[in-house]
Amino acid sequence: MVLRERTDYEVTREDRRFVGAHLFVAIVALSVGSLFGPLQAFEWSGLDLYGLLEPIGLGDYYKGLTIHGVLNALVWTTFFITGFLTIVIIKGLGRPLRYPKLNRIGFWTMVIGLVMAAIPILMGAATVLYTFYPPLEASWAFYLGLTLVVVGSWIEGYGFYFTMAEWRKDNPGTRSPFIVLAALITMVMWQIATLGVAVEILTMLLPAALGITAGTDPELGRTFFWFTGHPLVYFWLLPAYVSWYGMLPAQAGGKLFSDSLARLAFWLFLLLSIPVGFHHQFVDPGIPIGWKYVHAALTYGVAFPSLLTLFTVVASLEYAARKRGGKGLLGWIRALPWGNPVVSAQLLAGILFMFGGIGGITNASYNVNLVVHNTAWIPGHFHLTVASAVTLSFFGVSYWLIPYVTGKPLWTTRWASFVNWTWFIGMLIFSNAMHVLGLLGAPRRTPLGEAPYVPEEWSGHLFRMSVGGAILFVGVVAFVVVAARTAFQKSRFAEGEGVEFPIAESIHDPQDTPEWLDRFKPWIIGTIVLVALAYGPQLIEQIGNAAYNSPLISP
Amino acid sequence: MNDSPAARKGLGADPYERRWMIVSLVLLIAFMVTVTIAGFALGFQVPGDESRVDPRTVADSPPWSEPGLRDLGNGEYVAYVLSRQYLYDPNTITVPVGATVTFYVTSTDVQHGFKLQDTNVNMQVVPGEVSKLTVEFDEPGEYKYICNEFCGIGHAAMFGRVIVEAEAGGS
Repeated sequence: MVLRERTDYEVTREDRRFVGAHLFVAIVALSVGSLFGPLQAFEWSGLDLYGLLEPIGLGDYYKGLTIHGVLNALVWTTFFITGFLTIVIIKGLGRPLRYPKLNRIGFWTMVIGLVMAAIPILMGAATVLYTFYPPLEASWAFYLGLTLVVVGSWIEGYGFYFTMAEWRKDNPGTRSPFIVLAALITMVMWQIATLGVAVEILTMLLPAALGITAGTDPELGRTFFWFTGHPLVYFWLLPAYVSWYGMLPAQAGGKLFSDSLARLAFWLFLLLSIPVGFHHQFVDPGIPIGWKYVHAALTYGVAFPSLLTLFTVVASLEYAARKRGGKGLLGWIRALPWGNPVVSAQLLAGILFMFGGIGGITNASYNVNLVVHNTAWIPGHFHLTVASAVTLSFFGVSYWLIPYVTGKPLWTTRWASFVNWTWFIGMLIFSNAMHVLGLLGAPRRTPLGEAPYVPEEWSGHLFRMSVGGAILFVGVVAFVVVAARTAFQKSRFAEGEGVEFPIAESIHDPQDTPEWLDRFKPWIIGTIVLVALAYGPQLIEQIGNAAYNSPLISP
Repeated sequence: MNDSPAARKGLGADPYERRWMIVSLVLLIAFMVTVTIAGFALGFQVPGDESRVDPRTVADSPPWSEPGLRDLGNGEYVAYVLSRQYLYDPNTITVPVGATVTFYVTSTDVQHGFKLQDTNVNMQVVPGEVSKLTVEFDEPGEYKYICNEFCGIGHAAMFGRVIVEAEAGGS
């Protein structure tokens, strides 16, 4: 069968090192960014440790919060994702990258951008948090650095497209492998979505930061930002879905339940991830309620492929569990290979994501959003999504991918399992407290330890939140230790040992999947049309009435 | 499973899967209907497109040159609130119980938030734009409005209060 031959392709040493370099930057970013998590959590419950960091220039809560957001949400994810998708393309297509140099240029562009953005952040010249809303002022180097990170990821994406185009030429009439299709859809979505923030930076923030223009139009800036901001979360999530759909079934000992439904879900994500940004601006001035309402409806639309994913992933897992002898309506869950940390990370990530999904529907709910907007509920929510569904799944991927690219065995199964459960338990406590605090009215992005309006009623939840945060910190430290000891140990796999690259077969032959689920053009055209309809009129209105009269102001 | 070539043109969804898809769609439509009724029939509405101002000069011209409360009679009030790093002007507003207050809020510098605790008033405050929402105060007491968008180093201290007084002579 075709699949066998494909998985037999040996990834070259250079390509393994290239993917490994992505993981290295990602994990270094995660380990630095995570240092600030417990500091924030403790500050909220009255234990202010920032004074201790003052001598090394990190005594500012907001500088720390900027580092936490930029490194964890933007850098850890983007580097991990581009590295992971690279190996998915190579292994999925069973061939090397068409232009390896192009991808290397992309990677180094991202690294240069990261350094360029990191310097002003550390100097306190970009304390604008990871949303950098105008007219808060950051150094031009911060904006340019972020732009280079995005451009670098685009270049790596172009490298994927060239590789795919060549594979298509050599394999006419063959369905593309699911994981490759999914990886490419993720990249296409990302490249369309990031146009928003690219326009915001290049036409508004960078000129103002360089003194070329006198000011910004903050509401127009928000509209550009959220054009990118919501699909950004799908850029984080879809690679985790690549693993859940395309790898986890094999890792759990089964098969993908439905190849065609998996593809449909990814196409729907391409179509619906972008024209939903106004649901982040429900309580904004300057945007008519009609457009907010349209985006509310479309946001419910993007919940549909997530619900499809829930069915297909759970069905695939049940298939695996029953093959392993699992019985009963829910008893099969116990038959899953929980002892394998690669699997348990993804299972626990999925469980946390069910709560995250429910919260997400709440956020999307137009007027219900009035209760939660900019409260602690929101970081509570995205710690269940990007910091659980995504990050915990990436932990699981790391447990096989680091051994795969280094040729060294996982150090150790037991410690990796410890990471997963610690993260899971810490996150349950942390996110629950954050959600409750949000409902009680606690604002996000605020050092509540010094806020004069905090009522006694919040204190128990603030304490619970900081306990959760401390447990999470233990989890992430353990993960970094596992990753580092795995990668830098002396012992290697013996001859004939090693990790297999996981590709889940589908229960049905992918060749039976309808052809329209394997063609890019109609879906990309559909996406552009839908985005133009959902954004065009209001964007034209806002650009037409733009007033760049809000000068940048230091935070 | 029907393996005829005709069937292969479709998705080949499992019957359970098809039922799940229908249930998902019904659920999402039900949510949409709920928020629609709440928003457009029951008045739980989000801020809309109000008006634009020039953030550099807004504090110099009426009504913003004299921020504060205006009594329109019949228990109707309008409150103009200026937000700036790191305070609200005014920072105290006093109304009798039963008052309906429409808040107009804007900023002279960076983005702020305006969240009136224990009510449905929660607005992004953006320089160059006016944010507007209305609330009826049925219960006497103190309602704090707090800044819930990062606005700079003094952000955590930024808040004000609405004092809703019980009617004179009441208990």
